[in-house]
Amino acid sequence: MEKFTTHTGLVVPLDVANVDTDQIIPKQFLQKTERVGFGVHLFHDSRYLDHSGKEPNPEFVLNKPEYKDTSILLARENFGCGSSREHAPWALEEFGFKVIIAPSFADIFYGNCINIGLLPIKLSEDEIEQLFVQAQGANLTLTVDLGNNNVSFTKDDGTEISFTFELGKFHKYCLEEGVDSVGWTLNKLETIEAFESKMPSWQ
Amino acid sequence: MTTSTAPQTLYEKLWQTHLVEEKSGETPLLYVDRHLIHEVTSPQAFANLRFHNRPVRHPERTIATMDHNISTRSIKIDAAGEGAANQLRALEKNCKDFGIELFGMGHKNQGIAHVMGPELGLTLPGTIIVCGDSHTATHGAFGALAFGIGTSEVEHVFATQTLRQTKAKTMKIEVKGHVGQGISAKDIILAIIGETGSAGATGYVVEYCGEAIEALSMEERMTVCNMSIEFGAKAGLVAPDQTTFDYVEGREYAPKDDVWQQAVNDWKQLKSDDDAVFDSVITLEAKDIKAQVTWGTNPGQVISVDGIVPSPDDFNDPIEKESCVNALAYMDLEAGTKITDISVNKVFIGSCTNSRIEDLRAAASVVRSYTAKGQSVQSSIDAIVVPGSYRVKEQAESEGLDKAFTEAGFEWRLPGCSMCLGMNDDVLEEGDRCASTSNRNFEGRQGRGSRTHLVSPEMAAAAAIAGHFVDLNA
Repeated sequence: MEKFTTHTGLVVPLDVANVDTDQIIPKQFLQKTERVGFGVHLFHDSRYLDHSGKEPNPEFVLNKPEYKDTSILLARENFGCGSSREHAPWALEEFGFKVIIAPSFADIFYGNCINIGLLPIKLSEDEIEQLFVQAQGANLTLTVDLGNNNVSFTKDDGTEISFTFELGKFHKYCLEEGVDSVGWTLNKLETIEAFESKMPSWQ
Repeated sequence: MTTSTAPQTLYEKLWQTHLVEEKSGETPLLYVDRHLIHEVTSPQAFANLRFHNRPVRHPERTIATMDHNISTRSIKIDAAGEGAANQLRALEKNCKDFGIELFGMGHKNQGIAHVMGPELGLTLPGTIIVCGDSHTATHGAFGALAFGIGTSEVEHVFATQTLRQTKAKTMKIEVKGHVGQGISAKDIILAIIGETGSAGATGYVVEYCGEAIEALSMEERMTVCNMSIEFGAKAGLVAPDQTTFDYVEGREYAPKDDVWQQAVNDWKQLKSDDDAVFDSVITLEAKDIKAQVTWGTNPGQVISVDGIVPSPDDFNDPIEKESCVNALAYMDLEAGTKITDISVNKVFIGSCTNSRIEDLRAAASVVRSYTAKGQSVQSSIDAIVVPGSYRVKEQAESEGLDKAFTEAGFEWRLPGCSMCLGMNDDVLEEGDRCASTSNRNFEGRQGRGSRTHLVSPEMAAAAAIAGHFVDLNA
């Protein structure tokens, strides 16, 4: 996993609540045994007018030319609900997103993002609203500073705005260091074996 | 079993008994007793094991099945299409290489993971069960802490038999009294989600309790717990009781003899202490719950069958109001329409929510009440019944349920996840409107541009024959 320290990028606003992982990556694209090839199908049903994905929907925000270089997705509440498919964060990451910002995330999706090094940031409804206002017309370039737990941007009138966010201590450590979480736990095999030796026989 | 003397919830007891390590600065490490896998969310996890040259630490604790992708018309792997067949063959190879037991195509134990686990006695109270599928919450019906995981976590479980988890908040949902005649477990859980909204339990593990829950059979409890994820809960729990023990005893993988006795003694401790404190409590009166039908594009957009499609004006919250506008447009419904006036052209009875033998009996019973009057599935409607496993299929056929369905015009298919998510060819066409016993009515879930109404097996059976939703209790 790549290390995450700071990131500055253009924010694309996706003004829809309850975006489920079926919308992020529909089921017909889950039939792969590899870890790549999902980005092109991200938000397929909204992004393309046809079934085969050849005709981009010009109304969909990700297809608007001014957001072409986006790397930060701004979303509404309960982002990533539904299916546990990790293909959803894979698709977002492969498309080029480094950070997802929303007032709330579904639990499984949130964990999946952390596990692949895609940073999910929770902000208050009010802060999210301010970002949505600023992000119209590809007008919001945001800097995410993981070490200091904050995001910052400059408003049109020159005002510096900064919001802080919370992130679990270990989650932050794993993102900052690009920790191989399986390797990390395998270093604790003795502790796991000691636990197993005390388990009841039916378990 | 517990080290703490403070009153604990059932969730806290399960957490405590599985806590391998809790260290400052690290997310707690929990032991995983049982891991269920399938073809769609496991291949990349196996690939990473190979890349790092790591073994599966306890292959005997993992069981594989083929369910998401498979054809419901043929047991041939290739009948599922090229992409699916590729995944199914990868699962065969991975299970062989890593020593994992697989219930492949046509195996007597094959079935949807969340139907297969319980019926084989793989699902036990007091355990932690995970699967790369969000409906793993189903197994919580046994008093097991069960939840869906992503593929990175599947790999973590393979390699270590543990998972790192942040402790959830606790929510108690009490359903007081008894439901009326003809009200199913599906109606109970849909009514709960209607009450909480589709994200009402995000960050929580929910415990269902109260007389109405205690009165449910194990299969009904599974239907309730199955949909915990549909209002955001990490997991759903029902405290194990005699109903649970009677269901588990004697099943193929369940403990036997002395070990069984020890297990039951331990399992009897698995309930929330009387004075345990929950972070949130929701109470429903069972007598108020009527048959439910979803009208929108998330499971929280649900109403009683005797109601009408709501209007955006019925919602104060701006997001809910806008969701209603969008849902009505997508579902092609007008506010004020009576639910019983909504016609369907497709019916799906199946999925890990409602494909067990009791579900099929309930649906068949409704079908028979119509066929007795000379009525059968409307010619304009395609209706399929997909049993959840080969064991369910065999049992249903021994009871003649398949005949009840086919003679009334339903198709009787082979087991699998089927149209719940439409990864195989059981997909709705654009504009189709389906009465479905599954768990998600998201936009495009059963096929791009298709419309899903979530209902009970009884309601789906009635809709297939009447052509529209029916208030069976009127």
